[in-house]
Amino acid sequence: MTLVQEPELFLECYSVTPDLFAGKSLAEIADLPAHEGKIQWKLGDFFKFEGKAGETAADTKIVVNGNVRRMKRFGQQMTAGEIIINSDADMYIGGWMKGGKITVKGNADSFLGIAMEGGEILIEGDAQNHVGSAYRGDWRGMSGGLIRVKGKAGNDIGTAMTGGTIIIEGDAFIHVLTHAEGGTVIIKGDVEGRVGGQMVKGDAYILGNLLYPLPGFKKVATVEKEVDGATYTFDQFIGDLGERKEKKKGEIIYGNIFLKK
Amino acid sequence: MSELLIKNGYIFDPISGIKGDKADIAIKDGKIVDKVSSKAQVIDASGKTVMSGGVDIHTHVSGPKVNTGRMMRPEDKFFRGSYRGGIIKQGKRMEMGFSIPSTYKTGYAYARMGYTFTNEAAMPPLLAPHVHEEFRDTPILDQAAMPVFGNNWFCFEYIKNKELENNAAYVAWLLNATKGIGIKVVNPGGTEAWAWGENCTTINDPVPYFDITPAEIVKGLIETNEYLGLPHSVHIHGNNLGNPGNYKDTLDTLRLAESYKAKNKFGREQVLHNTHIQFHSYKGTSWADFESGAKEIMDYVNANKNITCDIGQVTLDETTTMTADGPFEYHLNQLNHIKWANVDVELETGSGVVPYIYDKNIKVCGIQWAIGLELALYAKDLMRVHITTDHPNAGPFTRYPCVIKWLMSEKARKATLDTMKWKDKVIAASNIASMDRELGLYEIAMMTRAGPAKALGLAAIYGSLVKGADGNVAIYNLDANDLPSDPELIEAAFQNTAYTIKEGVVVVKDGEIIAEPHKYTLWTKVNMPENAQVMHDIKEKFTKNYTVNLENYAVFDEHVHNPRAIELDVA
Repeated sequence: MTLVQEPELFLECYSVTPDLFAGKSLAEIADLPAHEGKIQWKLGDFFKFEGKAGETAADTKIVVNGNVRRMKRFGQQMTAGEIIINSDADMYIGGWMKGGKITVKGNADSFLGIAMEGGEILIEGDAQNHVGSAYRGDWRGMSGGLIRVKGKAGNDIGTAMTGGTIIIEGDAFIHVLTHAEGGTVIIKGDVEGRVGGQMVKGDAYILGNLLYPLPGFKKVATVEKEVDGATYTFDQFIGDLGERKEKKKGEIIYGNIFLKK
Repeated sequence: MSELLIKNGYIFDPISGIKGDKADIAIKDGKIVDKVSSKAQVIDASGKTVMSGGVDIHTHVSGPKVNTGRMMRPEDKFFRGSYRGGIIKQGKRMEMGFSIPSTYKTGYAYARMGYTFTNEAAMPPLLAPHVHEEFRDTPILDQAAMPVFGNNWFCFEYIKNKELENNAAYVAWLLNATKGIGIKVVNPGGTEAWAWGENCTTINDPVPYFDITPAEIVKGLIETNEYLGLPHSVHIHGNNLGNPGNYKDTLDTLRLAESYKAKNKFGREQVLHNTHIQFHSYKGTSWADFESGAKEIMDYVNANKNITCDIGQVTLDETTTMTADGPFEYHLNQLNHIKWANVDVELETGSGVVPYIYDKNIKVCGIQWAIGLELALYAKDLMRVHITTDHPNAGPFTRYPCVIKWLMSEKARKATLDTMKWKDKVIAASNIASMDRELGLYEIAMMTRAGPAKALGLAAIYGSLVKGADGNVAIYNLDANDLPSDPELIEAAFQNTAYTIKEGVVVVKDGEIIAEPHKYTLWTKVNMPENAQVMHDIKEKFTKNYTVNLENYAVFDEHVHNPRAIELDVA
């Protein structure tokens, strides 16, 4: 699909998913709804379509051409299939995703992979804030899947995370794994601070510098661990010691921050 | 003015004693009349079930803690708020919120189910203006609110000093100041003890500083209620809600009413209404041996006509708990670790809000579900046992049709039991699996309109189709002589009426809102001579203890939306 008409405001592209395209003709796809503010348009008002959708979501691959910097929600709630976006994209890419794969050959805006349950997202550029976070106020965040950002990310990564993996290959700002109850966040660059605030469970691996660590974490060991295909030596910190503790078979389980030595 | 004739429907009106006869209902100028002229608008209700508009005796839909719930739960609107209801000409309103609907959704969703009156479960007097502002923004439904008295400093002192007349004068004054309808009691003494981090878990635990017990508070308020002759009785959420073994505290609470007789000119016969009694019917000593105490509770309720109750049925949803029982909400947060809001309302009450998930695959939730249904199925007189979910505490009010389905169909109950992971443990800890009783439409009408209206003292206006009552009617797509064997169709019929009529105006047709006429705020106006001692005490407490001035406390006239006073005189 190629962008032919820019919207005045931002366009909500929640209909651009393999699940909604599967089994449909190009005309039916062009008829799918897209909101600009409170006005409901059709995808065909902004995009022209070529090719053929698969029979099922898993067989469907969507390639988005044109500059969709101001389009949101591609891949929202998708369960299978693939989306490739050949430019920057806006917010909520891959939100509530259950499976399949999304690649953005550019930057993504905030709320990338919000409340993700499964599947894969690859951002070749930077992401903004709330990568793999929970919906605002919800205590149930990302529970599965993989998000990889090759560039840097902003604040509030993996809020209320319960499972899955987030990899930020560049730097991150503040608030990682806040209120987390599981999940893994790997940051290969530097992190400004506030990692693991009120974390009950979960693992943060920081390969760069953590400028301002939180006081509720205690160093317990030095360990070797394999992270994203390479092995490093880490100082292991457990916490957040100010938060409630979970037990498994009578033993307390802590969250972990691994700082590369 | 306008005339409406509803023809040929199967009428279920327990107040008049009509059990499914085919008859016509005539409405003129908003009231039920004997007959109308040939110019009347006619609705053909052939093959349909006709009842008075529904009456909800206990629901939390309007007010400060309700709104706290809305504000703290963005996820409650998640993927569920796209429907824009209302009539196009007025601009469609956003209907959002699954367990804590917006005021617009509240009005529309109740109307679609055939309800036309709701009783706001608890109003903190200091914050009454907020309740009335939400009443104004809730379409279609007539509403009333009950101020809370069970943790009120004035009441503590008057009751402790055995000054019944003074307590009565204060209650009358507060009903006027808040435009409230009756006396609500929530965890008597316990919410005040919570200001010290403590609680009252039995009726004999004294309140710190005031040194008054819940038993004294409840008895004092019952005496006050009957002294005044209020339309409704004391409406109580007793001590120790939600804890295994609490059925004993509930029986203790109910027994406090034993020596009292109802005194009023409104047809009310009970002196105590125990709300959401499911939460108070727990046996066992812990969650491990938790089991149903429904039989013990209903043995007492059945034998004592001076008690009414509503069930507070668990609907097995993700919902939100909100109550003036401050300590309970703290303990719930400690149990489920989900976000918690807590508020103290000076001199008066408190509140707490915590989301809760009643998961069908958790044994305790399955037993809670069973208890609510058992209470109704054990009941001998369904005029005294009403359907509620303590919305939103045990589930959203939009699940009432599901509750009705469970009560009317053993097959539906079994189907729900079959979905439970720990079905065998739930069955072992409850009685539901062995109960084959199925309620009929007449009994459902008792539980959802006639009974609540009578208990509220409002049966002359709501909940009945007698001449002179408001012309509020619900027409359901159910052929009373040929009920569907698929219980899901029963639920669907109660979810969206064929017609909902409010004071003779069709507001819902085929589940769609087509009109939003005016609506009223019902309140109790007690006419009694001014009590100089009580006025002095009020002025003194406002000077010494309240953070607001007395002049700013009472609800302003502009706050109250279309007030409709129930008047009574006290010598």
